[in-house]
Amino acid sequence: MKIKPIAAVLATATAFTLVGCAANEAAGTGGTSSAAAQTLTGKGASSMKAAQEKWVADFQTAHTGITVNYSPEGSSAGRSAFTAGAVQFAGSDRPLKDEEMGAGKFATCAADSNALNLPVYVSPIAIIFKLDGIDKLSLDPATAAKIFAGQITKWNDPAIVALNPNAKLPDSNITAVHRADGSGTTNNFTDTLHQLAPEVWTESAADDWPAAFGGEAATGTSGVVSAVSGGQGTIGYADASAAKNVGIASLAVNGKSLEPSAEAAAAVIDHSQTVAGRGEHDLAYSLDRTSEGVYPAVLVSYAIVCETYKDAATAKLVKDYIGYIASAEGQQAAATAAGSAPLSAAIQAKVKAAVDSIK
Amino acid sequence: MSTLNPSAGPLGARPTGGTGPLLGGDTLTSGRLPKATTWVALVASAIVGFAISVLATGAANAGLTVLFGYVLFLLIMEVASRVVEGPRQASDRRAGNLIIGAFLLALLPLGSVTWEAVSNGMARFDPSFFTNSMRNVVGEGGGGVHAIYGTLYVTGMASLISVPIGLLTAIYLAEYGAGNRLAKLITFFVDVMTGVPSIVAGLFAYSLMALLVGPGAVFGFSGSVALSVLMIPVVVRSCEELLRLVPNELREAAYALGVPKWVTIVRIVIPTAISGLVSGVILAIARVIGETAPLMIAAGFTASLNNNLFANPMMTLPVFVYDAYAHPGVEPAPYLERAWTGALTLILIVMLLNLIGRLIAARFAPKTGR
Amino acid sequence: MTHPLSTDSGPGPAGAPEAALAADPKRFGDRVFRGFATGAGVLILVILALVAGFLLIQGAPALFADPDRLASQGYGEFASWVLPYAFGTVWAAVLALAMAVPVAIGIALFISHFAPRRIAQPLGYLIDLLAAVPSVVFGLWGSTLLARALIPLYGWLNANLGFIPFFAGITSGTGRTILTAAIVLATMVLPIITSLCREVFLQTPRLHEEAALALGATRWEMIKMAVLPFARPGIIAAVMLGLGRALGETMAVSMVMSGGRNITFEVLTSQNPNTIAATIAQNFAEAYGLKTNQLIAAGLVLFLITLAVNMLARWIVSRRAEYSGAN
Repeated sequence: MKIKPIAAVLATATAFTLVGCAANEAAGTGGTSSAAAQTLTGKGASSMKAAQEKWVADFQTAHTGITVNYSPEGSSAGRSAFTAGAVQFAGSDRPLKDEEMGAGKFATCAADSNALNLPVYVSPIAIIFKLDGIDKLSLDPATAAKIFAGQITKWNDPAIVALNPNAKLPDSNITAVHRADGSGTTNNFTDTLHQLAPEVWTESAADDWPAAFGGEAATGTSGVVSAVSGGQGTIGYADASAAKNVGIASLAVNGKSLEPSAEAAAAVIDHSQTVAGRGEHDLAYSLDRTSEGVYPAVLVSYAIVCETYKDAATAKLVKDYIGYIASAEGQQAAATAAGSAPLSAAIQAKVKAAVDSIK
Repeated sequence: MSTLNPSAGPLGARPTGGTGPLLGGDTLTSGRLPKATTWVALVASAIVGFAISVLATGAANAGLTVLFGYVLFLLIMEVASRVVEGPRQASDRRAGNLIIGAFLLALLPLGSVTWEAVSNGMARFDPSFFTNSMRNVVGEGGGGVHAIYGTLYVTGMASLISVPIGLLTAIYLAEYGAGNRLAKLITFFVDVMTGVPSIVAGLFAYSLMALLVGPGAVFGFSGSVALSVLMIPVVVRSCEELLRLVPNELREAAYALGVPKWVTIVRIVIPTAISGLVSGVILAIARVIGETAPLMIAAGFTASLNNNLFANPMMTLPVFVYDAYAHPGVEPAPYLERAWTGALTLILIVMLLNLIGRLIAARFAPKTGR
Repeated sequence: MTHPLSTDSGPGPAGAPEAALAADPKRFGDRVFRGFATGAGVLILVILALVAGFLLIQGAPALFADPDRLASQGYGEFASWVLPYAFGTVWAAVLALAMAVPVAIGIALFISHFAPRRIAQPLGYLIDLLAAVPSVVFGLWGSTLLARALIPLYGWLNANLGFIPFFAGITSGTGRTILTAAIVLATMVLPIITSLCREVFLQTPRLHEEAALALGATRWEMIKMAVLPFARPGIIAAVMLGLGRALGETMAVSMVMSGGRNITFEVLTSQNPNTIAATIAQNFAEAYGLKTNQLIAAGLVLFLITLAVNMLARWIVSRRAEYSGAN
């Protein structure tokens, strides 16, 4: 039969390839047959995925026997997985609220242990736009709020013209793009608009875009950037590091023109206070965006860990990894690879002290 | 003596032969459009369509040319055919032209998608993509071997679960369940199952594993369960239809010879339908192999190779593609290239499966007259 | 004594012939096989019951919570929250199928009856292959290539045919509308429907086709007389599979369409009713507590929509006599 030799060849080929091997992985580091203490699992915010990728790569290179898996399924998924004990640390776009904290609530932690919120990732949120013939755009918070609320619908509206006297703004419609999925970026952006232009932006900060304000919806940071860069007369908001092929607007606050740069973004934590009533090492910040000269639209993501872990080996892994993330070296690596803003030295020191206190 | 004398028509004495019913002839002796008519009409309508599109928009527009040209072509052929050949032939030509038009229309988006995938995917289609994973890789380099193996494991296990269950159910519905209540119930609910959103299947598998194994259990087999929920209805529906199409005479001949029912099914009905059955199974595999949402939730995410379906997260190609697109680093180009190559690999895997399926079908099918 | 398989065993009760039949060793194989087949069918019902149970248990807290709790901790009162999404799901699926079904049947007929044998088979493989393109790729293609290419067309439609309710409104600046999503969905379900229809058309008994041709039918008349009636149940099954995919498609719709909460028939604007599957996908990552329950309850609603549509389709089919080869 003609088929038989072909079948034989096929079968042998399949048998050889049944178990996979990767050229860039030395034998025994696949993490599958290793002991549990050599695998560290985290889950959470997708905003810091690119940074986590770099941190994981550096950490695994330095410690060849350890595998770290970070799954960017979203802050909420991360927080609930951490509470249920499925992961050893979580990434979250906001710190745990008071009602979510509490000794003994977290399955990974020891019975009397609370959780710690440690800021590890700061990223400025840029207002991006695409308009034929316009490279520079300046907006103040009130005008920006009106655009995103659907109150200003044309590019040559007097409010925009007043802020940009030299630009030839056309008489076309504005398509304002927002995030369709619940997102920390939306939360921080709406918080910015609410803090700086409360009479226009009456809704308080929320993960979901207020339905009443309309506009075009896109999924994910890449979705928003793609929609803005591919459309005509579009404006939106996204992580500054993801803004490619689009113009970035500057924010005019109290006469100062602010750009979403790394230094300006990291300053916001230095001007803010930690949430009251928390433990000594819990660094949950309540961001004050109204300080002078501080670029207000900033996203701060946290690593949520235990004060005391049930298992000493896990505690050591977490301390090593989070310690690396929050170090000057780790923050600089993330800035280069993911475009984030490195934590200021003062905050780095506080985070280091908190990590050292983990048992 | 000819009964085909057309001279006794409603319009009185008419000229014979060579004219359509509109001019008094009848269908059996009506004329035929010369073969060249189609081509002449095509060229003429293309030219006129081009002219109209230039007049309408001031510039040469391919889309409008094709649109106007096609409509014009249909009109010309309809009128010509009706006058010369008759309404039945005109109807036949019209149907043929519409069907070919539908085919060409569908080629546009399908061709566009394939072209996108192939041209963008060739950038990283090199040996390093197929031998490296993403462990410790940031930016340039790396590959998708962990995702490729993950997809093969997860989809293979899903097929192992779904195909036997689906095929046996299809056999039950087609052979044993004629009109009884259980069969009606199964058919109805299988149809409902086709509408389960893929993300719900993922959530279901995740929760099932949380019950069976413990909370937050994310591993390859969970992804297989999610995919099975999506695959089984497709397998059942397509196989059932094809088993029903096997002529009853074959079954009855077998029964008449004393062959037990189950042997009839296994040795006669299934081989007769094998080509379609294999097609149906490949269709089901193709349907689920590209599902992103359920695998992200149930099988999880990792940058390293994992050969164990039952422990630790396992990366799969669609999740790899989505992740590379949605979370590129500061320089997105290498990530996007890897994403497209991953997508191209997925398509090629299904192509390979299709070929293997055809080989199997050719081996087992009885020779038919077609 | 009568042979066990003879037909004149009469209307008598299960007596000696029946017992002999049951004891026949070949019948054991039959019983086992029948048991397996029935077992598989029942297993499917069990799986489906589990899925439905999962949806009910997880969705119940949102369905039975009082409106104040839902307003503060969830997404708001359930029925009014889910209605635009239910509408969007059905509307997008209807648009997609309206475009896909005629074209799919046309292609299937082309492959089975019009194309020369040599190119028909490779064409069949090619179309099957396209069922394998991952939904992410369709999402990418739709939101970048297709949406941008359609912007001028939408502008023209809005300017010239804006009096028709479908084309009214302010066109989207990015082209990411429900019409674009419907085109993408149509492209995704096309291979499924085509593949199954093609297999079914190829199974038409040759004798019926040749009999029609022998009677002087044109090719199209032969198809109308012999192929289509024979294939009707298969076509319905194919359309059901396509509909299922269109109703449940998550990734492509969430990437291609700008979805919101407006119930509208306008297909060219930025304000499109989102689909249930896309809503669940977009919100699930950041939802917690009652919000998660509400999203899963929306999944239950989608389940019910699929149920209703299938019942409608079955009712339409049963109104006319069915022709099946296995009768």
